[in-house]
Amino acid sequence: MVVELGHFALILALLLAAAQAFFGLAGPALGRERWLSVVPTAATGQFVFIALAVGVLVNAFVQFDFSVRYVAENSNSALPLFYRVTALWGAHEGSLLLWILVLALWTMAVVARLRFLPPLYGARVLGVLGIISFGFLLFTLWTSDPFARLLPAVPDGNDLNPVLQDFALAVHPPILYTGYVGFAVSFAFACAAMIEGRRDQLWARWMRPWAVIAWAFLGWGIALGSWWAYYELGWGGFWFWDPVENASFMPWLVGTALIHSIAVTEKRGHFRSWTLLLAVAAFSLSLLGTFLVRSGVLVSVHSFASDPRRGLFILGFLIIMIGGALTLYAWRAPGMRSSGGFEVLSREAFLLFNNLLFVIAAAVVFGGTMAPLIADTLGLGTLSVGPPYFNPSFLVPMLPMLALLAVAIHARWRRGALSESRRALLVTFGIALVLGLAVVFGVYASPMPLTPIGAVLGIWIILSSLVDPLDRLRRGLKVSLPIAGMTIAHIGVGVFALGITFVKSNSVELDVALKSGQSAQVAGYDFRYEGVQNLEGPNYEGVRGTVSVTRNGQPVTVLHPEKRHYWVQGTVQTTAAIAAGLNRDLLAALGEDVGAGAYSLRLQYRPLIRFIWLGALIMAIGGVVTVIGRRARSAQGEPATAALGLQAGEVKP
Amino acid sequence: MTPRRRRLYWVLGILAGVGLAGALALQAFRQNVMFYFDPSKIAAGEVQPGQRFRLGGMVEKGSVMRTPGSLAVSFVVTDFRHTVPVRYDNVLPDLFREGAGVVAHGRLDAHGVFIADEVLAKHDEKYMPPEVARSLQQAAAANAADGAH
Repeated sequence: MVVELGHFALILALLLAAAQAFFGLAGPALGRERWLSVVPTAATGQFVFIALAVGVLVNAFVQFDFSVRYVAENSNSALPLFYRVTALWGAHEGSLLLWILVLALWTMAVVARLRFLPPLYGARVLGVLGIISFGFLLFTLWTSDPFARLLPAVPDGNDLNPVLQDFALAVHPPILYTGYVGFAVSFAFACAAMIEGRRDQLWARWMRPWAVIAWAFLGWGIALGSWWAYYELGWGGFWFWDPVENASFMPWLVGTALIHSIAVTEKRGHFRSWTLLLAVAAFSLSLLGTFLVRSGVLVSVHSFASDPRRGLFILGFLIIMIGGALTLYAWRAPGMRSSGGFEVLSREAFLLFNNLLFVIAAAVVFGGTMAPLIADTLGLGTLSVGPPYFNPSFLVPMLPMLALLAVAIHARWRRGALSESRRALLVTFGIALVLGLAVVFGVYASPMPLTPIGAVLGIWIILSSLVDPLDRLRRGLKVSLPIAGMTIAHIGVGVFALGITFVKSNSVELDVALKSGQSAQVAGYDFRYEGVQNLEGPNYEGVRGTVSVTRNGQPVTVLHPEKRHYWVQGTVQTTAAIAAGLNRDLLAALGEDVGAGAYSLRLQYRPLIRFIWLGALIMAIGGVVTVIGRRARSAQGEPATAALGLQAGEVKP
Repeated sequence: MTPRRRRLYWVLGILAGVGLAGALALQAFRQNVMFYFDPSKIAAGEVQPGQRFRLGGMVEKGSVMRTPGSLAVSFVVTDFRHTVPVRYDNVLPDLFREGAGVVAHGRLDAHGVFIADEVLAKHDEKYMPPEVARSLQQAAAANAADGAH
């Protein structure tokens, strides 16, 4: 009975989403002021019912209610409590529910900040969010009901997919979705601005913190997923250019362009229509990602669903949302032309380059991800596109991006004069050159020409970012939080670049068959295989190997890779053993018994791989810091901007 | 330089950059795209010599042979109409087993043996790569047609 309550709550949420959309958009259009007050109430009610539905499903998992099909398919009486809760988003139906819950949470955040927006504009933002929520609620209720019963109930469940029984993967979807779905808010801000035909650029100021927070969460979520794939899939890769990875990476790339272009729009009034287009594109790519993952059109580990009805529904929704937004854009963008110019070496120009390069990068990923689908549809054969395409093509825009970033940090608005910063640029470049080459030729020797380039650029970006803040501190001036956040984020880019450079050029991987007591050399480390023992866990059994690692006779670490057999689903899973370190990771994974007393093993050495996730984390933290800084500043005395927005025509910066 | 002229240079510069990036990406795409073939297509001679491609099908029951104590393994991939022998010299994925679907990357050698450099099997018991499922259907249809003659 309780479970039907969850279903009922979702239906009520659907009705309230419809009300939120209707009153939010029709109220301002028809000038009915009283309708506006309904909008935040409907949004709040919608949130309450969605939270109730989620609570009901979580309760069903916790209470082992195997009469619910979704619970029976994704949990088991032996599954620990933590994974019974996170099993909520372990498959298609629950993931959608999580998507909806996250959207409702974002909507509530907008409601909480509503007093900073002009009433008509705020209502329209909520109206657009209502449409999105309505679409997804309808989708869930119509094609993917998580509350469907399984009659007669089964005595025990089918268990959660073993690869999902892991901490990082348990927290990866909520964080990733917070980013993904967060772009719905900037999308709604853009649509509301276009519906109103605003001629000012205040919307850019309002939209900016939302876009940055969504971008930060998305980056953090992607990094978590990559870290998970690295240690859990067991084979030591951190990025596979898998369609599902690309699906979340494309919005991030476009989002990166967006948070840079929006800065120009807010401060200088340029790139207005371009910023709107990016806001639409970022969310469209989030929706496209949802379509690719949920419809099962692409071959991937993540695609649970292959119900054609689901694919068609999302495709239809995608066309309506993107088509609607682009029509709006075609109608309104010509009226948003910005005036005034800027010089070649001004900050505007560098940010324009940034935008171009990130959009090209997104296009490269898009092309590679969609090509197999398009070729298949047109009957050109079944083809696949992998890292050999993505890696070099992605570097084409990204390498110039790194080089330009180190310089762009010093550019000024409007004026194209870098002369005051020339000394700082030359000095930091000189230090980076010496340090980078010293590291490449002293520590991580590599024959690849890109290694010294990547090393020098990474160090240069870090040093270059630090010049201005350190200079201010030296002169006894304060560094504002937005500047500090930007500096942190750019240092993250440098750290990330260093990580990728050395992982790509200096990793050593070796597959070997070893008997007990035999050892193999990997990058100067001696991996000695000591044998395997039997292993028993709560819902699995297997073997546990012992590999002791020494270097020049000195013990370094002992690794215990596992091979688990989950008996409920009958799946076998490799759990790699990793000795992590800031300077290098050592990895051992068990293959199988290859006879004659030997086991196959995969051994790896990966220098500086932690820098990749550390860099991504630093970037996300930087983004959050800029937003906190803006809030602190606006709390000091800028709430008037919202009221101003009502009658403001063209506001000069 | 008039603003109009400057704008023109901007646009030309950007177009050149985008064009260059596009050309490079297309080049990388053409060189690295991998086509998929099943045993029947290989038997029909559709694969060009030396071409790297994806092979898909089922691992034939009883065909997996190991050299004891080493990584070297050989097996036969079938679509139940034609077969292709495969050799591989690395650690096999968890879900690789006889009678299950498999996709391998590699090249045919002079003797028609597929030398795999990567073997994939996805993380799901029930999972069957869609292209393999289609191959099996086509081969089964062809077998049925043969039986009818």
